[in-house]
Amino acid sequence: MSAENLQLFEIFLRSRRGLDHKHVGSLHAEDHEQALEYARDVYTRRGEGVSIWVVKSDDICASQEDDSESFYDPSNDKPYRLATYYKLPDEVNNM
Amino acid sequence: MVMTMNDETKQAVLNFTVRLGDDAVVMGHRVAEWCRNAPFLEEDLALSNVALDFIGRARMFYGYAAELANDGRKEDDFAYMRDHREYQNLLIMELPRGDFAYTMVRQLLVDVFNLYYLEQLMKSTDEMLAAIAAKSIKETRYHLRRSQEWVLRLGLGTEESKSRAQKALDDIWGFTHELFDLDELEQQMAGAGIGVDNGSLKESWSLKVKAILLEASLTVPEDGWKVKGGREGYHTEYLGQMLNEMQCVHRANPGLEW
Repeated sequence: MSAENLQLFEIFLRSRRGLDHKHVGSLHAEDHEQALEYARDVYTRRGEGVSIWVVKSDDICASQEDDSESFYDPSNDKPYRLATYYKLPDEVNNM
Repeated sequence: MVMTMNDETKQAVLNFTVRLGDDAVVMGHRVAEWCRNAPFLEEDLALSNVALDFIGRARMFYGYAAELANDGRKEDDFAYMRDHREYQNLLIMELPRGDFAYTMVRQLLVDVFNLYYLEQLMKSTDEMLAAIAAKSIKETRYHLRRSQEWVLRLGLGTEESKSRAQKALDDIWGFTHELFDLDELEQQMAGAGIGVDNGSLKESWSLKVKAILLEASLTVPEDGWKVKGGREGYHTEYLGQMLNEMQCVHRANPGLEW
């Protein structure tokens, strides 16, 4: 048996109730069930979590470096999308 | 509880507690031998975690034994300064780790036993033993979840994984009978509500183990040969070798702290 037969999983951990699950890393496992157990052993040994999500890395669709021109550049010249663009009347102190 | 025990009972509880410590430390050491030798990194970490659970459990039992002894001995003296004839662990714990299938099959058989044993020990009239059992049973439930799943994977995996798991089962089965024997001390402890009547656990253990083996399409071995003697200090040749390795550092530097 070797890691070559295993799949890669991404691990998300909720550290406290009320917080979002955060990506903490990845690991190899045979299937979801085993990934969950390994996540427990690898990422929650010091009491870091109250809930774990495991997701097959293959199932994550990620944006590519090449996409950045079409994805993000267009917003650079649209400052009116930011709240700071607008001048507030003096009467509104705390916004 | 400790204050009201007479000396004789106290000595009996002490001996009984040391045995439980022996079971845990020997099993823990065997599992720890996989550290950096496991098939892949994630399993290496998981096995090391399990090993540490057992070693932590041994510390609790030995710590309590030291408290009962009240003669200057500490938990380390129980773990490192006793020879194999003084160790009274069940033999199944000391069997060499073998291949991965062997380790997991043994783990399953021991985990199911621990599950039922600790369930009963939680009801001990000795508050400390009950508390240790309550803490340990949570770990054991997790150990069992893992070992059960691995035995299924091995049994339902490839031709090779199945035959290795079956061979392990056939090799270990004769050591499981000892789990349900009670010697005089254990009868005394069970009778006093301090210990556990191991014999009464056999039926639940068999049912659960057999159900898992069936699901894993493994064959339950015939009850033929039996080996016992651990509780009397008669061990396989392997324990002495294991203790040599486990104890050599401490014996070279007794009492060293770091």
